[in-house]
Amino acid sequence: MSELSDGWEMVIGLEVHVELATKSKLFCGCSNSFGDQPNTNVCPTCLGLPGSLPVVNAQAVQYAMTLGRAIGCTVSPSVFARKNYFYPDMPKDYQTTQYDQPTNEDGSLELPDGTVIGIERAHIEEDTGKSTHLGGGGRIHDATATLVDYNRAGVPLVEVVTRPELTSADEARAYVAELRDILIATGVSDARMEEGSMRVDANVSVRPTGDAELRTRCEIKNINSLRSLGRAINYEARRHVALYEAGEAPSQETRHWDEDGGRSTSGRSKEDADDYRYFACPDLPPLAPTPAELAAIDEAMPVLPGRRRSALASAAGVSMAETSLAVERGLDTFALDAIAAGGQGISVMKHVDQNLADGVGVMTAESFAALVALEADGALSATQVKTVLYEMVASGGQPADIAASMGFEAMDNSELESLLDQLIADNPDEWARFAEGDSKVQGFFVGQIMKATQGKADGKIVNQLMSAKAKA
Amino acid sequence: MTKRITADEVTHVATLARLRVADDELVMFTEQLAAVLETASALEALDLDGVEPMAQPYALTNVLREDVVTPSLDPTEVLAMAPAAEDGRFRVPPALGDAQ
Amino acid sequence: MSTPTAIEIAAQVRSGSQSATAALESSLSDIAERDRELHSFLHLTEDRARAQAAAVDAVVAAGNDPGPLAGVPIALKDNMCTRGAPTTCSSKMLEGWKPPYDATVVSRLEAAGALVVGKTNLDEFAMGSSTENSAFGPTRNPHDPSRVPGGSSGGSAAAVGAGLVPVSLGSDTGGSIRQPASLCGVVGVKPTYGAVSRYGLIAFASSLDQIGPFATTVGDAALVLDAISGHDPLDATSIPAAIPTVSSALTNGVAGKRIGIIDELMGEGIDEDVLRQTELAAEAFRSAGATVERVSIPATIYGLAAYYLIAPAEASSNLARYDGVRYGARVDGGNVEAMNIATRTAGFGDEVKRRIMLGTYALSSGYYDAYYGKAQRVRSLIAAEFATAYEQFDLLLSPTSPSTAFELGAKSDPMALYMCDVCTIPSNLVGHPAMSVPFGSGDDGLPIGVQILAPMLHEPAMFAAAAVLEAAQKGSS
Ligand SMILES: [Mg+2]
Ligand SMILES: [Zn+2]
Repeated sequence: MSELSDGWEMVIGLEVHVELATKSKLFCGCSNSFGDQPNTNVCPTCLGLPGSLPVVNAQAVQYAMTLGRAIGCTVSPSVFARKNYFYPDMPKDYQTTQYDQPTNEDGSLELPDGTVIGIERAHIEEDTGKSTHLGGGGRIHDATATLVDYNRAGVPLVEVVTRPELTSADEARAYVAELRDILIATGVSDARMEEGSMRVDANVSVRPTGDAELRTRCEIKNINSLRSLGRAINYEARRHVALYEAGEAPSQETRHWDEDGGRSTSGRSKEDADDYRYFACPDLPPLAPTPAELAAIDEAMPVLPGRRRSALASAAGVSMAETSLAVERGLDTFALDAIAAGGQGISVMKHVDQNLADGVGVMTAESFAALVALEADGALSATQVKTVLYEMVASGGQPADIAASMGFEAMDNSELESLLDQLIADNPDEWARFAEGDSKVQGFFVGQIMKATQGKADGKIVNQLMSAKAKA
Repeated sequence: MTKRITADEVTHVATLARLRVADDELVMFTEQLAAVLETASALEALDLDGVEPMAQPYALTNVLREDVVTPSLDPTEVLAMAPAAEDGRFRVPPALGDAQ
Repeated sequence: MSTPTAIEIAAQVRSGSQSATAALESSLSDIAERDRELHSFLHLTEDRARAQAAAVDAVVAAGNDPGPLAGVPIALKDNMCTRGAPTTCSSKMLEGWKPPYDATVVSRLEAAGALVVGKTNLDEFAMGSSTENSAFGPTRNPHDPSRVPGGSSGGSAAAVGAGLVPVSLGSDTGGSIRQPASLCGVVGVKPTYGAVSRYGLIAFASSLDQIGPFATTVGDAALVLDAISGHDPLDATSIPAAIPTVSSALTNGVAGKRIGIIDELMGEGIDEDVLRQTELAAEAFRSAGATVERVSIPATIYGLAAYYLIAPAEASSNLARYDGVRYGARVDGGNVEAMNIATRTAGFGDEVKRRIMLGTYALSSGYYDAYYGKAQRVRSLIAAEFATAYEQFDLLLSPTSPSTAFELGAKSDPMALYMCDVCTIPSNLVGHPAMSVPFGSGDDGLPIGVQILAPMLHEPAMFAAAAVLEAAQKGSS
């Protein structure tokens, strides 16, 4: 779905900063935890005190390589570099990151709809501290002073950079959601956007549909949710189109997303010639993963959401997209077991998506399969099935026993038929409309029958009976 | 051949390094930097094809520490170092205030 | 000079014949009496030293071993962090700053029983060769107070040269231990890169910096080096293996050793008397059973140029953190950038600014390959030539400094001062150990040191050779 006026298309590249779920920071032993009192998790190294030195956290490297392998990257020997620029949040006034030799390169990520997004690199770097702007309502433009907390300085990050291949806000959101699922599945990060442990910068440009050339891009920062991501991208792309259509052009700059205002505002312009003077950090020897280490990472890799979706899709006979919710809820294994136990795929998926948002409780896959079979036989109405299902989730047991104890019995078709005949006789106009093909009145009849049977009737059967009578 | 460093370039690197060079210092610094870079031009004659850069004299790889939390500094001591502090944080002038 | 050596003091304290406290007070009174003229110390850490001396004495009284440096007063160059005591790098930028932690060398020295008496003067952020670039005034040469002690570890060299302390530590990035050792007539050692932890050493150029000892004798230097060397998990460039001890190698001699005199450092730019003393040192080695020959290492002549790109480049990054935000000096400004600029412009001296700008330039876009990138390749080239030389030779020999100590203010042109390091720089670029050993004096009567160079981690052979020269000196004087 294009959000742009005809003739324009979006080109989006995403940089996602992921905080790794280590216990300690990237280069020192300070705690990597969120929400502590300011400046309590700091030491000479993460404060950049004179004389301090960094030593790399082995677990951070392990997580970075795990993520790299999960998104199909080549994991190579890597070098930490210094990115030199002044910033009060950054204690050494350089960021230790990876530049020309990152840990992970050339991967890809498949979205639920099958679109493959190219990943350029996923490199390790350190996070900055956090600034609070005083006065001006916390806004940077009107602040009277800035207060800095370095608890976050030195927290390990992996920056995952896509190729400029995304084409819509929806796709961008799907990409970030997929990456988040992978991070959670691998345990690499808790990936909480609201706590900032997963932060997205979007590089947005537009071009006439079909053009190959890339136009000036703006980097949108400060995006805190998937909703903001979509809004920010659409806003920015439309802003570019409007500029081009007015005979102007956007200038390359960093912009901040203002969620309340629903707009992006100009930040630092790139005109003042960023020159980061990257060079290999002389305090940190290179990383050189061994083939054995990489094999161990692959060995320990959990089955990732993409593969889980395709396994479920083929077992259930549904599309990949239709399995997203089940996989996201972690119910795919349960669904597969239920299908293996004889549960009909589409019904299993229907219940997983619609009725099992809070999990399966103590219900076994086998008993769930039995319930789905009872439903398919028409032995229980949809309402009864739901009631039995919730009972099984809460207390376990077999569906037939529960249905019996609740007095649920399938209604005889002849009983239903006579009920329907009576209804038709009482409502001849409505019936005539139905018979002429006005399906809107169908609900009326079904509803009346449900009322009369206190929900024991099977809606499907009622529908069948109505169709048969109308044709007769 | 690398060209001689200019006063403009000295001003530019001073800006990158967050230093202010007064007009009367600019000539001096430009001369002095040019003199040092002049000796560096001796390197231009060297054939360094196939010579790897040496970043560290003692080649090590994979120097790692265990992911273990060790004690942090006392925040009182940390903030006592600060030229200005407020509310448990380091206080600095606003990012976008007037330069003066 | 009659000052006892570190070995003597430690022996007395360990045997109980002298207390650590007495050794300390003797050193402190020497400093009080004689350092006013020299200005080798920036601050004294008397309280800490007295507490440490009392602790050592208590260990002795309890019949336990207080360590190999028991009761030995030691001075530290003021770029090594001492918890709660000023650590300034001789810069206004860090005036009044007290680190909340100790450098690894400080912990190790105290663990060995040493008494840290104070912090010594240096060229600001260790950038210089004369200790004139100190924001707190220059140090003077103990042999002639009108002359410089060399630098940048001039305070530590002068303090030992004057006998105020038996031993001290300096740091050596391009010769900052060896050159002042030579000018002050003491032993000065730059160990193998990675042999001594840099944790807590305020960085100048991280891939070149090494801490090492000054001493009046080769034995004392060995004692201190053995105490401070060894793997440190807090320094990722620290060698994760056992570092060979040197004290046990002092009597090994040089018989049968092959020693090469570096051709390129025996000509232009080196004073005649310095060349003469170097040749005499070669003669002393021959007398002790070594074979000594000239060896050409052509790439050494490129060392200076490579060094003055690499060291400033790393420094420009290492010194970015002095921005007025977290510690040290601040000069206010209306916004954070203006504050950074005002702070750095006021806080750094000219030599530091020069090197920061030079390094920024060498790393900046468009110049990286021509300058920094090329210099890093030259490093490899020099290393390869040294490796070739060490196929034929066990050790190398050269002058340490091109001249004896010069008058204060004599070298106002930066380039002239940079030339002081021409003999010492190659060892830093390749990470090899090297040391300066006093060997006679110049035509002006001032001390001259000669430099012994060794392959990576070959400190034992280097110290054995240094002991040979020391013995030859004693024999001739
Ligand atoms: Mg980054
Ligand atoms: Zn820390």
